[in-house]
Amino acid sequence: MEEKIKVPTCAELAANGETPEILFWVGCAGSFDDRAKKVTKAFAKILHHTGTKFAILGTEESCTGDPAKRAGNEFLFQMMAFQNIQILNGYGIKKIVTACPHCFNTLKNEYPGLGGEYEVMHHSQFLQQMLDSGKLKVQGGAFKGKKITYHDPCYLGRANDVYEAPREVIEKLDVAIAEMHRSRAKGFCCGAGGAQMFKEAEKGNKEVNIERAEEALGLNPDVIAVACPFCNTMMTDGVKLKEKQDSVKVLDIAEMIAQANDL
Amino acid sequence: MISSIVFILVFGTAFTLFIMKVLKIRRNILLGKDAVLEGTPAARLKTMAMVALGQSKMVVRPVAGILHIFIYLAFVFTQVELIEIIVDGITNGHRSIWQLLENTALSGIYTLGINLIEILSILAFIATIVFLSRRNILRLARFQKPELKGWPSRDANIILLGEIFLIACIMLMNSTDVALQRLGETHATGTFFVSNALSDIWAGTNVHTLHLLERIGWWGHLLGILGFMVYLPYSKHFHILLAFPNTYYTNLKPKGKFTNLEAVTKEVKLMMDPSADPYAAPADPNAAPVKFGARDVTDLTWKNLMDAYTCTECGRCTSECPANQTGKLLSPRKIMMDTRDRLEEVGRNIDKHGKDYNDGKSLLGNYITEEELWACTSCNACVQACPVNINPLEIILELRRDLVMEQSKAPASLNAMFTNVENNGAPWQFSPMDRANWINEL
Repeated sequence: MEEKIKVPTCAELAANGETPEILFWVGCAGSFDDRAKKVTKAFAKILHHTGTKFAILGTEESCTGDPAKRAGNEFLFQMMAFQNIQILNGYGIKKIVTACPHCFNTLKNEYPGLGGEYEVMHHSQFLQQMLDSGKLKVQGGAFKGKKITYHDPCYLGRANDVYEAPREVIEKLDVAIAEMHRSRAKGFCCGAGGAQMFKEAEKGNKEVNIERAEEALGLNPDVIAVACPFCNTMMTDGVKLKEKQDSVKVLDIAEMIAQANDL
Repeated sequence: MISSIVFILVFGTAFTLFIMKVLKIRRNILLGKDAVLEGTPAARLKTMAMVALGQSKMVVRPVAGILHIFIYLAFVFTQVELIEIIVDGITNGHRSIWQLLENTALSGIYTLGINLIEILSILAFIATIVFLSRRNILRLARFQKPELKGWPSRDANIILLGEIFLIACIMLMNSTDVALQRLGETHATGTFFVSNALSDIWAGTNVHTLHLLERIGWWGHLLGILGFMVYLPYSKHFHILLAFPNTYYTNLKPKGKFTNLEAVTKEVKLMMDPSADPYAAPADPNAAPVKFGARDVTDLTWKNLMDAYTCTECGRCTSECPANQTGKLLSPRKIMMDTRDRLEEVGRNIDKHGKDYNDGKSLLGNYITEEELWACTSCNACVQACPVNINPLEIILELRRDLVMEQSKAPASLNAMFTNVENNGAPWQFSPMDRANWINEL
């Protein structure tokens, strides 16, 4: 347990003439945001635990350009895209996994047209594969019998039709999943997408994340499961505002799997 | 004879008016730019079969969905009876198709067909009453939004009342005809259960009145249908035709995939290519300057414009929109209505002043405000909700592109985010050198 996990960078591998099996695209939130960094670390532990030969780009990774593109700044998006594609292609990357649905969507759908073609997976899909193949085993552990509700990230769900992978991962924990009224294709946004994360909300009568947090809390769950660093922030803030942070945890699915395995 | 001439004149005029307006709409749609649409013809046909023909997205809301299917099926099947009305109208005949099929093996099909039309008409009648009450008595929230005030609400009620009128006429026509058959006044047909039951109302009515009522029903239905046809392309109800091409031309890509602007790719490549000559003469010096994004409807694609004409203002998009649900100004339905209204205005300008007239107005600014655009979370709920595969999000993004790239009018906080992405490789002000610090905390 206390063994030191070494996360190699592509540059270090390249120095030994190696390429990683899979690149872990950490993303900006996963690199800098304190809450999201916990998810990054949990997922890195899982990657290590499953014996996956992975690497990160480290300081060579940059924003995919997603928030710039959604805000209408196509110039900045394409500048970032070309820069990242140059680096990814330079290392001969074929396969990418990321815990951020925004990075996932951009890398998977928008980079191919600019010369960056990779097999891109969201960490929920990767975890499902590992569980299905038996490389990763879980018992419910701390979560056994707990009531979990899962919040669909827009850029994973509607944007890319990934609804079942995260649910199947959660189900492996011997928990009871309680679905919100607005789930899957009808899932309600956390309020962060489309670059809203980086600006004040427009004038209205409620914050989007409060509306969503209220819906989740209405089910009296033990855990609100998320699969996106921005949803994580929004839901965590919403739960805090409703003063429920002591009884309801907001956790990423990677954190749940890592915790259940005492990683 | 006179009746046949009147019929042909009325029918011909209505049809000409309809075609003229449809051609105007076609011209307006083609004012849009080329659209890059993903998907094979087979996949498109399947989408059209499921979504338009099969109404698969309508039934996501079962009450409205099933009631809508009643009206839809009644409308489609009643067009079969229209064939007979046209033949009767031209030949001044009565139930010509029946007389043709009578005593053949196909007579049963005629009887079955009319029975089906009558039963569907009754179901459609119930549906229209429910729809009218949802709008005017129950006043469902999505029918009370500001963009529906005035004409759009009237338009919806006119159509529903028109449908009731059409159904009433066809039932009047068939039930009086059955009453006349009982009196031996007209040619006997097979049994039509609904009009048979209704014809009891006419017991004791004299033959002359019955003939008059039957004609009122016949002409009423015909004029109703023709009036409906002429009205259709001026109304939100045009969706009954455009739903088919619009679903066929759905861009079958993952919803999260936004277009990469080619014009930008060229410039960015030039910028990043160390051997590029920044002073090189442009390939075509007379080429129009490239615009990034859209300010007016003519900067959008023809598919965006077809979307606008297809919208029937049901408001499912708006009722699922997280921004609208939390009191923001944005309503995806209004985006579509504004696009159509502005396009109609551009079309009228072309009719009046010629192709190159500039009225100094634009979709962005005169119709859609910045506040609406910046409220969007790009969550795709509106796109998912639309029963005829309209995409309001594409228009929102194109208008944002104009605001940001042509007018430099992004909100200050977003400009700060852009600066961070450009300088630090992240939307926040962190040093890129600290990006992998987490690996030391494992």
